[in-house]
Amino acid sequence: MSTTLLLIQLLNGLQLGVILFLIAAGLTLVFGVMGFINLAHGVQYMLGAYLAVYLYGLTGSFLAALVLALPLALLLGLVLEFLVFRHLYDRDHLSQVLATFGVILFLNQLMKVLFGPASLSVPPPAFLDFSFVLVDGLLYPAYRVALIAAGLLVALGLWLVITRTRVGMLIRAGATNPDMVSALGVNVRRLFLIVFGFGAMLAGFAGVMAAPLYSVEPGMGDNLLIVAFVVIIIGGAGSIRGAFVAALLVGLVDTLGRTLVTDGLRLIMDPSSANQIGPAIASMLIYVLMALVLFWRPEGLFAPKVAR
Amino acid sequence: MKKLGTTLAAGLLGLGTAASAEIEVGMIVTLSGPPAALGQQAVDGFQLALDDLDGKLGGEEATLIVEDDELKPEVALSKANGMVQEEVDFVVGTIFSNMLQAIFKPVIESETFLISPNAGPSTFAGRNCNPHFFVTSYQNNQNAEVMGAHAQEAGYGKVFLIAPNYQAGRDNLEGFRMHYEGEIVDEVYVPLGHQDYSAEIARIATSEADAVFAFTPGGMGVRFVRQFRDAGLADRVQFMSVFTTDETTLPAQKEAAEGFIAAGNWAPDAENEASQSFVAAFEEKYGYVPGGYAMQAYDAAMLIDSAVAAVEGDLSDKDAVRAALEAADFTSLRGDFAFNTNHYPTQNFYQLDVEQREDGQWATAMGDLVFENYGDSFAEECSM
Amino acid sequence: MTDQTDIQAPVAATPRAPLIVAGVLFAALALIPLLAEIWGGAWLTSLAVRAMILAIVAISLDLLMGQGGMVSFGHSAFVAIGAYACGIMVTEGVYEMALILPVAIAAAALFALISGAICLRTSGVSFIMITLAFGQMIYFALGSLAQYGADDGLTLWSGPDFLGTRWLSSDMGVYVTVFAVLLGTWALVHRITGARFGRVLRAARQNPTRVASMGYSVFRYRLTAYVIAGVIAAVAGVLWATHAAFISPSLGAWQRSGDLIVMVVLGGMATRNGALIGALFFILIEETLSSITHDWRLIFGPLLVLIALFARGGLVGLLDRVRGPK
Repeated sequence: MSTTLLLIQLLNGLQLGVILFLIAAGLTLVFGVMGFINLAHGVQYMLGAYLAVYLYGLTGSFLAALVLALPLALLLGLVLEFLVFRHLYDRDHLSQVLATFGVILFLNQLMKVLFGPASLSVPPPAFLDFSFVLVDGLLYPAYRVALIAAGLLVALGLWLVITRTRVGMLIRAGATNPDMVSALGVNVRRLFLIVFGFGAMLAGFAGVMAAPLYSVEPGMGDNLLIVAFVVIIIGGAGSIRGAFVAALLVGLVDTLGRTLVTDGLRLIMDPSSANQIGPAIASMLIYVLMALVLFWRPEGLFAPKVAR
Repeated sequence: MKKLGTTLAAGLLGLGTAASAEIEVGMIVTLSGPPAALGQQAVDGFQLALDDLDGKLGGEEATLIVEDDELKPEVALSKANGMVQEEVDFVVGTIFSNMLQAIFKPVIESETFLISPNAGPSTFAGRNCNPHFFVTSYQNNQNAEVMGAHAQEAGYGKVFLIAPNYQAGRDNLEGFRMHYEGEIVDEVYVPLGHQDYSAEIARIATSEADAVFAFTPGGMGVRFVRQFRDAGLADRVQFMSVFTTDETTLPAQKEAAEGFIAAGNWAPDAENEASQSFVAAFEEKYGYVPGGYAMQAYDAAMLIDSAVAAVEGDLSDKDAVRAALEAADFTSLRGDFAFNTNHYPTQNFYQLDVEQREDGQWATAMGDLVFENYGDSFAEECSM
Repeated sequence: MTDQTDIQAPVAATPRAPLIVAGVLFAALALIPLLAEIWGGAWLTSLAVRAMILAIVAISLDLLMGQGGMVSFGHSAFVAIGAYACGIMVTEGVYEMALILPVAIAAAALFALISGAICLRTSGVSFIMITLAFGQMIYFALGSLAQYGADDGLTLWSGPDFLGTRWLSSDMGVYVTVFAVLLGTWALVHRITGARFGRVLRAARQNPTRVASMGYSVFRYRLTAYVIAGVIAAVAGVLWATHAAFISPSLGAWQRSGDLIVMVVLGGMATRNGALIGALFFILIEETLSSITHDWRLIFGPLLVLIALFARGGLVGLLDRVRGPK
């Protein structure tokens, strides 16, 4: 495998990792602080992408769509929270799984009804619509680099908020011991709302950023959601740092794994079979990784020390 | 399900279900996801034919039931089962070969005639050819064989192959190899519906290929062509393809596909009269340029029309219907049309160019005739 | 109360109402082929067969969820294993069910032992996620089987034979077989729940430490239940392949596992007939809604939310509430 290919796959792996992080960050906070399994988090991502499509159609500008989509994604997330999720915080995990599964079914179908089943796309903003030379004769699109940069910036910002602000401190405390936090007079419900809203916005942001790259179609969030859960299991529920490291790890393992395994198999079998078996084995890699982590360190790599 | 309701209602009201002369055609095509445009073309093409025939097939009133297979084998199967239960007279489908393979058994076993307006896998062209199965499009390998022949003639010494990993993908790449004698530098398969080609493009760039042959239909083609052009490869690697730069993808690809070549059995600027009026009527009714998918579906409707007319509306004698279908006594938009022994067509194939028309739309245009009355390579193994 | 005496005491006389309900359901299922002669035809029997097969799987899942408190989000993988065991053997020319069934059972038992041993070291959300992970692994593994159709699925051009006869090639034969397996599964799980095995499982669900301190290996009881449930689901998978004559990896997708969980909860978890009712009702809703509109999930989704919020006891719970306190 050439170094160019390796470099490309590394960048692609980072790109996937960044998107996974944006989705997993909200998920890990919600799960860590509120103990709430939100299977419907993937639809937040999908809503962000569809908002991008819709707003781009209205304004003709990707940046305008991005700026408008974020508060709308937040609003939609809060609506969902109000209607469905807040009634589930005290319930057992099974009820949460069931209800959020129902939300997924409903919203996927709604997108199909509103926008049609065909996949849509959004062009990247004009100022990023170029490619720069990676290697002689091969260009890599600037937009993808911008996505990686944006994701890393958000990660940095999030880390600063969590570690340097009062709200962040409360969130960290809530992840460790919600009852104590409540006993100390903090309005836990309001904290939950902030955490939830923030997570929804992050996922929506990921959706908007992904719209120019991936197909925007109903159900686009479902498979990413499963991988996001793998990320937070590996990283440790409630830990942003864990989500970040795990997301990049999973993104790289998945992307590089696919290429390496498929190429390896091509040495011993025909290309068509290699291309069927290779990705399948590669897909299993991240689950194997998760199983190993669960075995060796069940709370995750960076889990906050829970005192419940 | 709906027919069930009417049957029940009729039964309750004491009315017998009279043997109606109505011809029911069930159409199963892909209408969701990135390849939705292909299925839509087929539906529109077939419907236009019905309109031209005043809503009748062979002089009998006809109804068209359209179902979406969602590019999922289980969904296609359940839709096909539903149509078989409702005892449709013809099943027209599918776009994708893997969908066809999913529905083949229940439709054929119920002795319903299955007419494919697009999918033409090698699976049913040879030993497993079937008396109830007809194809109005082509056999999957053929277009690729044409491209391979052209590549050989044009002198491209090293070619890179890429296709999705399913039957049609394999058929196409195998087809390319038939007449091409140069070097295949690499053969890459991607998942059906693959979107991010940066890895594959990196491979192409670092190989020494002077041409690439791609079969990446529908949305795959849109993305691959754009990314190929964005990566700056279009200038030094000739892009050759089948079903990748066609009327379903060119509206999105536009100038990104400029200078690319393809192979096929027809283009909208074909000069025969039937085709010209078809294209004009289609564009007026639907507002977009018809491609091969629409053309082949139109031909499928005309084929059924000719067969029903030949048996004078009486579909009970399956052998007579089969013979009428085999006769293919209708005016195809391609000019002459005939079936080979395996019920796949023999027809002319051309090299096609991507061009911008005078009205600004992008479409394919007829290039050189490469093969005349070309049959597929599997017909010999068919014992029909 | 998880008292030592509770586990060892024989179960009290079975209340009659659930048995009557079960009797009615089974009688109705038995009569469907006759009804189909007048109305519905092959569509109705096919629908009923599908519902019954899913009911078999749902009952096995209820053994895990209702009795054992193990919410498995990867249970459909076992169905897929069974279906593919049948499909692969038929494709390779082995048509005898008497050979296919043991292979399917062995494959499922092996997978259940290995995955169960790993999954059962976790609990709660981790258990849910890791069963999901194993389910996905099977899904991807089946999708990699290039010579058996991979993602495109596999058509069974010929159905399996039963003891040399073509019994399973007739609609009636399949119907009777599936009905018998359903009845047998229902009775078997009924016996297991009433026996000590079931009592230990239920006790462990509520207070594992206590049960362990009484000398029972919670892990071994749970693993046994996991294997039993997996094997039952695989048998259902073999029946599915026989009936549908077409299988694809999506049989083992996580969405199918989600559907199964819905069926169990919808009917009423840990009740005698909940899983059976849930599966039948689920198929019924799916069919009726999808004939009204293609977008039936718009109705079904919120329905699930409402069930999760207000009717966690499921349909059986609703029935109980309607009948009032005893």
